[in-house]
Amino acid sequence: MLVKLLSGDKPNSVVLTIILLIILVCLALAPFLFPGVRSLETAARICIFIVLVASYDLLLGYTGIVSFAHTMFFGLGAYGVALASDHLGRGFGPLLLGTTLGALAAGVLAVLIGLFSLRVRAIFFAMITLAVASAVAVLVSQFSTITGGEDGLNYSIPRALTPAFRLGEIAGVKINGKILNYYLIFFCSGALFLLLLRIVNSPFGRVLEAIRENEFRAEAIGYKVVWYRTAATCLSAAVAALAGSLFAIWLRYVGPDTTLSFEIMLDILLMVVIGGMGTMYGAVIGATIFVLAQNYLQNLMGVAEEATANLPLLPHFLDPDRWLMWLGVLFILSVYFFPTGIVGRLRAGRQG
Amino acid sequence: MSAAPDHTPTFAALSLSDRLEKAAPFLLVPVLVVLGFFAIGTTSSWLTLTVSGLAMGMMIFIMASGLTLVFGLMDVINFGHGAFISVGAYVGISVLLALSGWTGAPSLVLNILAVLLAVFAAIAVTGALGWGFERVIVRPVYGAHLKQILVTVGGLIVIEQLIQMVWGPEEIFLTRPEMLKGAVTFAGAAVEKYRLLAVVIGLILFVAMRMVLLRTKIGLIVRAGVANGEMVEALGYRLRIVFIGVFIAGSALAGLGGVMWGLYQEVITAGMGEEMMILVFIVVIIGGLGSVEGAFIGALLVGLLQNYLAFLEPKLALISNIALMAAILMWRPQGMLPVVKAK
Repeated sequence: MLVKLLSGDKPNSVVLTIILLIILVCLALAPFLFPGVRSLETAARICIFIVLVASYDLLLGYTGIVSFAHTMFFGLGAYGVALASDHLGRGFGPLLLGTTLGALAAGVLAVLIGLFSLRVRAIFFAMITLAVASAVAVLVSQFSTITGGEDGLNYSIPRALTPAFRLGEIAGVKINGKILNYYLIFFCSGALFLLLLRIVNSPFGRVLEAIRENEFRAEAIGYKVVWYRTAATCLSAAVAALAGSLFAIWLRYVGPDTTLSFEIMLDILLMVVIGGMGTMYGAVIGATIFVLAQNYLQNLMGVAEEATANLPLLPHFLDPDRWLMWLGVLFILSVYFFPTGIVGRLRAGRQG
Repeated sequence: MSAAPDHTPTFAALSLSDRLEKAAPFLLVPVLVVLGFFAIGTTSSWLTLTVSGLAMGMMIFIMASGLTLVFGLMDVINFGHGAFISVGAYVGISVLLALSGWTGAPSLVLNILAVLLAVFAAIAVTGALGWGFERVIVRPVYGAHLKQILVTVGGLIVIEQLIQMVWGPEEIFLTRPEMLKGAVTFAGAAVEKYRLLAVVIGLILFVAMRMVLLRTKIGLIVRAGVANGEMVEALGYRLRIVFIGVFIAGSALAGLGGVMWGLYQEVITAGMGEEMMILVFIVVIIGGLGSVEGAFIGALLVGLLQNYLAFLEPKLALISNIALMAAILMWRPQGMLPVVKAK
């Protein structure tokens, strides 16, 4: 049953299994284990980014194509929910409608971009997605009458998902709509993750891996490479949009900075590479480490900066604002020295 | 003795449509300029817009030329190219700010000296940085596009962060040297002096680059390397060294472009390289990967179209580049003048 749920793709490493279980338990019981607004915020972010990063891994790790438009699809989903809730009022109907429309739009756009660029050579794809994503970000910030521009949109979601909705108390924790909202995010993310796991372990996923390993051979065997690549792009875009919708439901706010910026694209890249390309579990590890680092490493660096304040130059490198630089260095090193990421290392350690 | 075979070879000239097809990319810029003239209507604003479009195009070309050559020569796609643009701008502008006594003086000689010093500093620093970048970041990942993209993006992040560390996260405003301020009036149109200068520098660089590529031995090796690298290596040329040279030159050109762009915008930010890199990519794609001429035409098209549209229909100008790219790729999926065969 459990193996079937994971589509036969077991973690294959004791350490990895333990880590994944710890993450799962912590996320599942987050409202009870770590009460407090900030930790719940972190847990929800981790859930959403796991899906987002896993959907990106479908492209990067499994199909071997680099896209810089993943935040664009993420943003489409988020803006879908935001616009639907803004125009149709609060309710579950608009949420569902916005989510569906966002995912559809993302899929269609992905097919268009894919047909344009993947037809010629995969490397075009990276550059064209970068250009298209930046154009979309500019459009969103310029057409402020529709999208709220740089300020973004605030909207209301059903009352059952807001802190104002109180249910009672379990184990000393006040259950309110925010916690219900968290569990909505948690279960949707879990389902999407299992779906992605299903996709990459299906015959379709195997073809994608074959294309990654040897494009010509895959074509020669009779698989239409362009078709498969476009389909992968489309699927990954749709899942990213769904993650975006979850994010919008959680935050009750969308803006270009939180959903469309190039910085988030870089974050996703870092998460995939650090966690491990070509394995869905890498997304879990990468997203968890990264979001935790994002929220807590900066504090740590602040402490380190004060501790070294008397030394020359070093404090500049330890400035909390410089944390992205350290992640960049880590990113380069991990591409060189362990391209399979943390998960690949853990699995290799078991075999070796 | 048998009779000669029964066919007579003919040398038919290319038909008009064939020739048009070949020349089409070169005709695009003049056609666009003429179309712009009719769409805009008034000569004076058309002239102003054309000059600023050309100036913008020239600056983009300066930044793009290195990238396209590096790709053509070694099949290396450098997503860190934008970092050189930012670094060039920051170094050059810092020199200009340090020499504010010279730039503020209404003396042409001092102004030009200050700008030249700034340009040389930028070129030296970005060239050296390019050399280091090639050694540390690019060299270990030859032949693997995926890793190249990832690693060079990582390099971009680190360099951008270093810029913020050295110069701070705030944008830096500057004013152009005294003699480059203001505009000259020509046929009723006000044309900024600096834009004219940018057009002139861009043209000089383009001609010089073509001369080097077409008339010198090193240019011959570079062109041959783009067309068929293995053959050139088999003939005994160490293409790697040529490549390093091209990489350094490309980085230095990006730095020069950065300084010029900084002076054009009169403000620089750490993220400017990233923004410019998107334009550079568009130009390189529509020009055809590996082609300097293609990049030149592409850059001019992007610059002109953006300026015309910004005047005619400001909202449309936001997506003019993407629309242009989509149109060109529908017409020629490899770009206008592809040099490197699709691999």
